[in-house]
Amino acid sequence: MKVSVITFPGSNCDHDALEVFASRGHDVSLVWHKDRDLQQPDLVVLPGGFSYGDYLRGGALGRFSPVVNEVLAYARRGGLVLGICNGFQILTECGLLPGTLLMNSGLNFICRHQHVRVENSTTPYTEGIPSGTVLDMPIAHIDGNYFCDDHVYNELRDNNHIVFRYCDASGNTTLEANPNGSRDNIAGICDPSGRVLGMMPHPERSATKFVTNQDGKRFFDALERHFGFCG
Amino acid sequence: MILAKIHVFLKPNVLDPQGKAVTNTLHQLGYSSVDETRVSKYIEISFNHSDPELAKRETEKICSDLLANPNTEHFHFTLEQREENQLES
Repeated sequence: MKVSVITFPGSNCDHDALEVFASRGHDVSLVWHKDRDLQQPDLVVLPGGFSYGDYLRGGALGRFSPVVNEVLAYARRGGLVLGICNGFQILTECGLLPGTLLMNSGLNFICRHQHVRVENSTTPYTEGIPSGTVLDMPIAHIDGNYFCDDHVYNELRDNNHIVFRYCDASGNTTLEANPNGSRDNIAGICDPSGRVLGMMPHPERSATKFVTNQDGKRFFDALERHFGFCG
Repeated sequence: MILAKIHVFLKPNVLDPQGKAVTNTLHQLGYSSVDETRVSKYIEISFNHSDPELAKRETEKICSDLLANPNTEHFHFTLEQREENQLES
């Protein structure tokens, strides 16, 4: 698999993403945000971090980096685009995904392990992970409070575009299990094609031998199944 | 020279956790008459021309393109004619 990870000024999870794909034997490149050549990837990753210091709004300035126009064109051609954390914010700002990530309802930056439930197992990122599966993945954000109006919410829900929801260890998507005030515990959504995914949890931080939590491996296993790799 | 004074604020139906925190603190300080606080952004843009119609069109586009997120935020602005030395002071 050929993976291009975009580095914005202020990205801080680009190397985590690079490491996890490289450790699994994939061909990974870091692409600078001013570049216009995505290097013909099978997957583009917009990583976590604080592009442009989160000035104005998370992702608002990163959305105008030159490379984002290439990502938009790539997505229109049917390419896979994964936005994690700040990458999710950029995907909403550039219109590839609906809604907005607001400041956490508790005002605090949250950095902790979090259970999320797989809601849609038909995307390239969740193929073969049964709906209802609970994964433990880290979250680390201050602007992770997913907001959308009723129309968008109904579209997401009715078309199965909600891919992950925050839950407790047993899979209950309760108010108490919602870390940041996101509407209906939404932790990740996809576009109508399923090829563009935005998520606040960090699978790339829970998928290498260097960390105790390995649940993120399920996510990368699914991607590899999508591309026909055994494993 | 024209100065645009822009306010970007959350729509009424969007929870403002910063405003809520400020309200709580104001109540702690004894301001029991405070019902609600909304925190917004204030941005100034100075233009290098003095054409009010052009500045209005440019400011509206700047707000729509970048400064305000249409999902969650409204904006309004006023324009002021300024002498060059006023902007620098």
